Amino acid sequence: MSEMTEQILVPEIDEDNAPFWEGARKGELRMPRCTGCGRSWFPPRPMCAACHGTEFQWERVSGRGTIWSFVVPHPPLLPHFMKLAPYNVICVALDEDPTLRLIGNLVPEAGDPINAVDPAAIRIGAPVRVVFERLTEEIALPRWVRA
Amino acid sequence: MSTLRDRTAIVGIGETPFAKKLDGSELKLACQAIVAALEDAGIEASEVDGMASYTMETNDEVAVAKNIGAGDVTFFSKVHYGGGAGPGCVGHLAMAVVTGQCRVGVAWRSRKRGSGQRPWAGVTQEVPGAAGFTRPFGLLRPVDEIGLLTRRYMHEYGGTRDHLANVALAARRHANRNPRAIMYEKRLTREQYMSARWISEPLCLFDNCLETDGALACVVVSAERARDCPHPPAYIHAFGQGLPPQHQTMTNYWNEDPLRGPAWACAAALWRGSEIRPADIKVAQFYDAFSPLIPLSLEGYGFCKRGEGGDFTNDGAIEIGGRLPVNTSGGGLSEAYVHGFNLINEGVRQMRSTSTSQVAGADSCIVTAGEGVPTSAMILRK
Repeated sequence: MSEMTEQILVPEIDEDNAPFWEGARKGELRMPRCTGCGRSWFPPRPMCAACHGTEFQWERVSGRGTIWSFVVPHPPLLPHFMKLAPYNVICVALDEDPTLRLIGNLVPEAGDPINAVDPAAIRIGAPVRVVFERLTEEIALPRWVRA
Repeated sequence: MSTLRDRTAIVGIGETPFAKKLDGSELKLACQAIVAALEDAGIEASEVDGMASYTMETNDEVAVAKNIGAGDVTFFSKVHYGGGAGPGCVGHLAMAVVTGQCRVGVAWRSRKRGSGQRPWAGVTQEVPGAAGFTRPFGLLRPVDEIGLLTRRYMHEYGGTRDHLANVALAARRHANRNPRAIMYEKRLTREQYMSARWISEPLCLFDNCLETDGALACVVVSAERARDCPHPPAYIHAFGQGLPPQHQTMTNYWNEDPLRGPAWACAAALWRGSEIRPADIKVAQFYDAFSPLIPLSLEGYGFCKRGEGGDFTNDGAIEIGGRLPVNTSGGGLSEAYVHGFNLINEGVRQMRSTSTSQVAGADSCIVTAGEGVPTSAMILRK
């Protein structure tokens, strides 16, 4: 296993997703909306499949949603995550549009580790609210707390 | 009428032994499996003029053709998306034979997944593309990605761990009858299943396929040529591939209906080309990297209604003697995990009536690739 995987994983910022991560650095959850037809898509992409527009405006959303599903990973895992296992990974459907879903983690409070919530207490449908955890200079990851 | 229907057949199958660790390179294993398949077909390697494999296959056509001593190769194709490729390779060869692009096609997969690195462990620190929105949060492995869909499936339809255990136990019971299977001598009980360690809740150890070294191959020729071969032909009756709208491989969470996966798109193409209907089929080989793919495939390919795939597995229905025995060699869960190619060879054995769990009266068999990734499937018939 490479030395790289001892470290945390971060998203690669590209021309499509840069506004998302720019928002996250400022503590804002932003979603792209096609300037041509108003349709939102996630993850970010270069073309709107509804109207073939290539311009998107990024709008701050409420940061509220519900848990659509979740898993609790156990080893074998990459070394960084091995130390945290078992932890939770949740999928959140946003209140504005439940087909916009984000992968994240449920934490008691912003900055808490991703293994701090008892997995037995996690429920599909539970309301959650976004918080952010700064990982690097460029990347703040959205995490979720109970709303 | 489909131009593909019954106009080609699989006439040879070959495979290496399966083990956690095999000696020899993936290239050597690939060539041994292909040569075995050609011997089984009674066809000389110099006649091979068509080749198909997976994009994840490390052995290219040049290396394989050189080693087996192929002649002029006039058709070669690779199918993408890992475990979605298997029947796709066979289908591409069938289309190439029907259209005259080649006469003798070989498909193969060789993989040292048992002794080699786990693909998910090779992730780079900066994760590109859609995976950048999943892996940094610890959704690292295929089992985590499918586990998330499984939990939602259970929530929506009342699926249970007992349903998943039905799948794991059926695979194991079939493997216990198959001396080639890695789990031939290892029994599995429901109690062992329920007390097994978690890999990614709600999935436990026995919901996961094996990690195997091995290689398999098969030979595709025209129906006319097939009748001169030593074994009864397994005719390729219908074939399809499937990539549904707004699909995201493995992490299919970003469309309106994530539980309507690639199997549904593939099924439309498959049944459009088939005279045989799900109700006519008495044995199935469904790709099973993870146990929940069986209920999802039963639904996607129309063997039951949506949401009924879990209950379909009850009362031994998918075991030998049941209504639709599934993965009669033990499948990826208990025979070997070679990206699903063993399901193809087992489908052929069912059509030859030589399976170690032969289904009486089975005159057709569905063989599928992975649900959850852009996929492929075919109907074999006697």
